[in-house]
Amino acid sequence: MKYLDEYRDPAAARAYAAAIRKITTKPWTIMEVCGGQTHAIVRFGIEDLLPEEINLVHGPGCPVCVTPVEIVDKAIAIAAMPDAIFCSFGDMLRVPGTEKDLLSVRAAGGDVRIVYSPLDAVEVARKNPGKQVVFFAVGFETTAPANAMAVHMAKTENLKNFSVLVSHVLVPPAMESILSSPQNKVRGFLAAGHVCTVMGTAAYAPIVQKYKVPVVVTGFEPLDILQGLYMCIRQLEEGRAEVENQYSRAVREDGNLPAQELLGKVFRVIPRKWRGIGEISESGWGLTEAYAAFDAENRFDVAGASRAEPTECISGLVLLGQKKPAQCPAFGKTCTPEHPLGATMVSGEGACAAYYRYRKTEAA
Amino acid sequence: MTEQHAFDMTCPLPLAQYPRVLMAHGGGGRLMQQLIEKMFRAAFGNTVQNHDAARLDIPQARLAMTTDSYVVRPLFFSGGDIGALAVNGTVNDLAMAGAKPLYLSNSFILEEGLEMETLWRVVQSMRAAADHAGVSIVTGDTKVVERGHGDGLFINTTGIGVIEHDFFIAPEQVKAGDTVLLNGDIGRHGMAVLSRRENLTFDSEIESDTMPLWETVQDLLAAGVRVHCLRDATRGGLAAVLNEIATSAKMQIDIDDTAIPVDAAVKSACEILGLDPHHVANEGRFVAFVAAEDKERARDIMNRHNPRRDAACIGTVLHGKSGLVTLKTAIGGQRILDMPSGELLPRIC
Repeated sequence: MKYLDEYRDPAAARAYAAAIRKITTKPWTIMEVCGGQTHAIVRFGIEDLLPEEINLVHGPGCPVCVTPVEIVDKAIAIAAMPDAIFCSFGDMLRVPGTEKDLLSVRAAGGDVRIVYSPLDAVEVARKNPGKQVVFFAVGFETTAPANAMAVHMAKTENLKNFSVLVSHVLVPPAMESILSSPQNKVRGFLAAGHVCTVMGTAAYAPIVQKYKVPVVVTGFEPLDILQGLYMCIRQLEEGRAEVENQYSRAVREDGNLPAQELLGKVFRVIPRKWRGIGEISESGWGLTEAYAAFDAENRFDVAGASRAEPTECISGLVLLGQKKPAQCPAFGKTCTPEHPLGATMVSGEGACAAYYRYRKTEAA
Repeated sequence: MTEQHAFDMTCPLPLAQYPRVLMAHGGGGRLMQQLIEKMFRAAFGNTVQNHDAARLDIPQARLAMTTDSYVVRPLFFSGGDIGALAVNGTVNDLAMAGAKPLYLSNSFILEEGLEMETLWRVVQSMRAAADHAGVSIVTGDTKVVERGHGDGLFINTTGIGVIEHDFFIAPEQVKAGDTVLLNGDIGRHGMAVLSRRENLTFDSEIESDTMPLWETVQDLLAAGVRVHCLRDATRGGLAAVLNEIATSAKMQIDIDDTAIPVDAAVKSACEILGLDPHHVANEGRFVAFVAAEDKERARDIMNRHNPRRDAACIGTVLHGKSGLVTLKTAIGGQRILDMPSGELLPRIC
């Protein structure tokens, strides 16, 4: 298929793998930030092609995984209200809250709908003026522009029955949090291509300078990832630390300016709690004063009951790149995708779930 | 094949006086009699017997029996509808046991208010599918549930078939060294239904692959292909059936992902939605585990019944690790091909 098969070409993949082997002389731990990249790495078996010196660790860039349990509980409470229609991307539906998930709310009669775009949720609100329509606005910088546009349209149209439950998180603060940990092992990053499509690459220059780690903005197909790794390893081997752009077919240095302008109007930077990691300052977005009327947390009086993460779960360390999924004693035993103990087993893009699904032979 | 009766494409009178299904159509009285006589018997012919049970003449042979219920929304989708599914699905389950399908029962659960025209279209489609598959619908039942208590209509069909050969076709017959064949491309049925249900439009419309499989199986057996196991890749898709058989047979199955045919439109729809074509349902696709020496012949026979001619040898069976299904990926890596964990949910980004 055009634009896909070219990026999955086996001969080109072997050539990149050989080039990586040729330049690798020392062991390096490299983190891919985005859950989409983790998914591609395990789905295509990319680690099989790499020399053993290269240790890939999987970052916190899965929005489904890092959404805190309190917000999931709030979503569940809103979705269970009799006059509510709760709209969400599909994979948030089976994320466990303290007691249940959105799928079980739907089974109990709640009106929970999967939408493919937040603008579809705005349309649901237009068609159901007697109902309160709430969209679950989760994700990184990638999903934020469409979510911001939905809120902006609702305000422009004066739609009184639409609101968003926001749990937006930002990539650069999470990378800083990883690098500033004394236990940090990560020596280079593959930055998330789609995040940079929106935000550009400028935010990474200060990180590169401060922590002396290479950052390569990378795409999501197997050849993207192999090329991103090659560029990152070459910097490490040559003792350089720079921001490089592998994903130049989609990412410009200054990003998508109209999207950034809208984001600046609708969202402001706030501290956010990350499931498995805890609170990181200035690591998320909330609605600005001008759009506060569309914040579901203001509109509905629902308190999210909070539950402590199970102590045997090491998802925080996995998200920080300090442990691999198979190093967890609960992995594949008390913790499975059907009964996840922690963030990284929750979504298909979480590192533990991806390992469980695709690589459990090695863990066993 | 049963004889083809030309039947009227418009809904027969006096049903036209009742544009929608009423509770009384399941009540046992005159309206139900009219529905049976004017619609079901008109469509299914005289094979439907006018008695509480059907008497069947069956040649001296081993029998196979299966049952399945059909619930699908929307009722009509590109390439098929619930009626065709209800016939083909049950016929195919018989075929997978190596049985020639002979008879079907057909139970409708109708929702009050269903448009009679809709029911008529479904009934005609069942008739056409039954003719195509060479089975007779010999008995049936109709119930009507109150409006809001059903999804338009549900169908249950039970099938009886005969096994006229000495092959034992079952997972425990799978042997190390067997070749795994697939009779064509995967993922079209699930994506056809999903795209219609969710109003997703792609450049080219995806058509369900629903079709009867007995003729393919019959030809494989008649040609003396050593068939050890057959399984249609319906719910849960190819990944689910391979895992089921690996577990039942206590064998490892190694699959080559590049050998699995996937239509370009299905591939791109799955990429956009974050779905895995291995997990998407099919209604006319099956895997066959055959002796390796017979694989080319088996593939050629499969292609005779597949206009796309894309049947393929997709893998092999080995002693390895019991219950494990591995997948050699497009770029030459290897991973596990796991069961889908439940409802297919589109990914966030």
